[in-house]
Amino acid sequence: MIELRDIHFAYDDAPTPVLDGIDLTLEEGELVLVSGRTGVGKSTLLGVLTGLVPRFSGGTLTGDVLLDGASIIDLPPRERAHVIGYVGQDPVAGFVTDTVEEELAYGMEQLGTAPDTMRRRVEETLDLLGIAGLRSRDLRSLSGGEQQRVAIGAVLTTHPRLLVLDEPTSALDPTAAEDVLATLTRLVHDLGLTVLLAEHRLERVVPFADRIALLTGDGGLRVDEPATVLATSPVVPPIIELGRAAGWSPLPLSVREARRRARGLHDLAAPPELPATGGEILLDAHGLTVTHGQHVAVRDVDVALRSGHVTALMGRNGSGKSTLIWTLQGSRDRRSGSVAVDGSDPARLDAARRRALVGLVPQTAADLLYLETVDEECAAADAAAGGGPGTCRALLERLAPGIDPDHHPRDLSEGQRLALVLAIVLTTSPRVLLLDEPTRGLDYAAKRQLAAIVRDLADDGHAVLIATHDVEFVASVADDVVVLAEGEVVSTGRTRQVVAASPSYAPQVTKILGPPWLRVDEVVAAMEAAR
Amino acid sequence: MRTRLARDLHPVAWWVWAIGLATAATLTTNPFLLLLLVAVAAVVVQARRSDHPWARSFRLYVWLGVAIVLIRVVFRIVFGGVDGGHVLLDLPTVPLPEWVAGVRLLGPLTVESLLAGLYDGLRLATIVICIGAANSLANPKRLLTSVPPALYEIGTALVVAVTVFPQLADSARRVRAAQALRGGADGRVGRLRRFLVPVLEDALERSLALAAGMDTRGYGRAGTATPAERRLTGALLLGALCGIGVGTYAVLDSTAPRWLATPMLLVGVVVAVVGMVTSGRRVQRSRYRPDPWRLEESLVALSGLAVGAVVWWIAGNDVLVAHPGVESMPYLSVEALAAVLIGLSPAVVAPRPRHALAPALVVGA
Repeated sequence: MIELRDIHFAYDDAPTPVLDGIDLTLEEGELVLVSGRTGVGKSTLLGVLTGLVPRFSGGTLTGDVLLDGASIIDLPPRERAHVIGYVGQDPVAGFVTDTVEEELAYGMEQLGTAPDTMRRRVEETLDLLGIAGLRSRDLRSLSGGEQQRVAIGAVLTTHPRLLVLDEPTSALDPTAAEDVLATLTRLVHDLGLTVLLAEHRLERVVPFADRIALLTGDGGLRVDEPATVLATSPVVPPIIELGRAAGWSPLPLSVREARRRARGLHDLAAPPELPATGGEILLDAHGLTVTHGQHVAVRDVDVALRSGHVTALMGRNGSGKSTLIWTLQGSRDRRSGSVAVDGSDPARLDAARRRALVGLVPQTAADLLYLETVDEECAAADAAAGGGPGTCRALLERLAPGIDPDHHPRDLSEGQRLALVLAIVLTTSPRVLLLDEPTRGLDYAAKRQLAAIVRDLADDGHAVLIATHDVEFVASVADDVVVLAEGEVVSTGRTRQVVAASPSYAPQVTKILGPPWLRVDEVVAAMEAAR
Repeated sequence: MRTRLARDLHPVAWWVWAIGLATAATLTTNPFLLLLLVAVAAVVVQARRSDHPWARSFRLYVWLGVAIVLIRVVFRIVFGGVDGGHVLLDLPTVPLPEWVAGVRLLGPLTVESLLAGLYDGLRLATIVICIGAANSLANPKRLLTSVPPALYEIGTALVVAVTVFPQLADSARRVRAAQALRGGADGRVGRLRRFLVPVLEDALERSLALAAGMDTRGYGRAGTATPAERRLTGALLLGALCGIGVGTYAVLDSTAPRWLATPMLLVGVVVAVVGMVTSGRRVQRSRYRPDPWRLEESLVALSGLAVGAVVWWIAGNDVLVAHPGVESMPYLSVEALAAVLIGLSPAVVAPRPRHALAPALVVGA
């Protein structure tokens, strides 16, 4: 139906092309997953189809895009709108109107659809996506999963034949992500819609994909059945890692298949449960309650962060994770309760002394950066912390070696930028470190690096708290887990106990082998010991 | 009698009504008439506003009106006023140098100057409150989207610009909190830079994302017009702009030849209308659930226009009612009361607005 032919794309000042001779044919009614390392050109590939590349990105594009045999490469995105629907990374940024109903109708208004058809399609789409109850709601008052579904619905009303999605689930909690993916599969099955989606969180999407298009990093593209591509792909979910380690062929793609294969692994010796190391308590919070107008964001929460421990803070979108983190840091006013770090309450200190006690990396880490080069940022951090010059730079070198000091912070990769912000925050050497959703936009390798950094910091005697949705990341790094719901702690304890007990927060390895297994490396170690 | 169904009145009807009221306010300084107009606006707003967030803004406009009156009166006291009249408080005049001749600081405070300030402030306040009433009765965004098709693109741009402000406030709050997490430049320029750079970067990124989103959804699709048609509409609109410009200039400048004045203005307007119709015809776009224009809309709009017309008639025929002197007690005439009553009619004529949040369905009731 849609065909990319010999696509070449390069930014004007870049030495190597991003896409170098790519061919891809999309058939009616299939779901194709675009995968690859961060920064390899996934969004660029999607942009070529929608027409946003090169119009919104700059650069030079050659080759051809064919729709049913006719070339559409010269058409701007607006002239492709009736065939290709596009949902960007941040659905909120793409909303044009105020309410769900108007947003659904917007695309049809642009195409000049007849009023009675519009009315009918809006109703159909509301039902199809299960958002009929939200029809007159303000778009900004919806939860992340609801916003994502409205964004999908808003492009579906024009009845496109191809739906292009850029990381539709990366900002969502596991349950909301499942809802969105279930919706997508339903569209593919019932309407015969073709879906092309880019996603880092492979563990969520691989079971639904018909084919995988893997960007190899040198400008090439490999398109094949998921099992074939994943056998050699550099980015794979834990389930494939496990399959590779156990030598299964063909590789299982869903937890269900893997569970049947894994019968032989059940007699492995269970991983030893490391005793809880009793580090000193660096941050002690009791009975925290935070209100936002009438709404209680955090209710009566106790948290204790110990040195040498990494604690994960999990929960749905909007369950109060960010609020809790900002309250522990002291910027956010609390209604009642106490926080003690090193004997003092951070909420009563000024910003500079607060920074020396508690470091915080917010959700949008780039908000901290304002200078032109990495070096300037580091120098500013050193000057403000009063430490010796080069402290921040040395920290950065330890966290992410080899960053060019003359680079603009905006040009760094997602992971490098996070490392830079982390280094700036650590310059004042706080012993308590709070991270809010640090894994957004990171691929598996970058996440592994982040996990190593966090582990290192904990071993140095820091107490770390990470708010995240990413269960696999939690399994790889956290000692303890605190789960929030509606601002209250619903479960807390060692990672192994907490995640194993919850169906939505269990990592893939736990789902396959059952508790107490958490990570692939544990299984690999046990297999080697058994040999 | 069956109760009428609740529906949102066409925003243009509310605006015409409010502009009629505001016109009436500009034509009079009678404090009783002005206060009655404010009361009319308040009653109609109370009776027919919806429960959307923008509908709660009326109180703000009332406070703004109060502030305007107070400022006018205070200015009258500080800068003195007319000589003569009933002195209320004999304040000393502050001597000022020669070159500010004509300005007097303080000086005897008279009842007359105080009242003149009060009437004047009241007039301005009433105009502001009438506009505020329109703002809280009609969704400003829906007003922007009901512009003619030729102006659709500008309308959308304005709607988007309106949405950007709350987002900008959001991002400013976020950046302020984030910058407190790190040390850095502490000077005034440094702090401003720390705040502005991330906020602007964020705003730029957001607007690019929005532009991309709108483009992929078909915003600005070329219609079926041929290049020749497009050139024709362009020429028509340009010509209209010139005509209106020249005409307005000639109307205001009494030395310009008369044939350049009203005739030119009229020609400009006619050409503009023709241009809009032709360019609107080539726009291939439709509206989802447009607000209908029914009898109620016409009645509401007409009631506003009637208020303006009656007060205009009073201003021409009964000067003492429209502009009472400050020496005697102002009074109202039957016509003025009638005007107020007409202005009040939308409180009954207009249908009730729909609820913003649909109540839960009652099953089996």
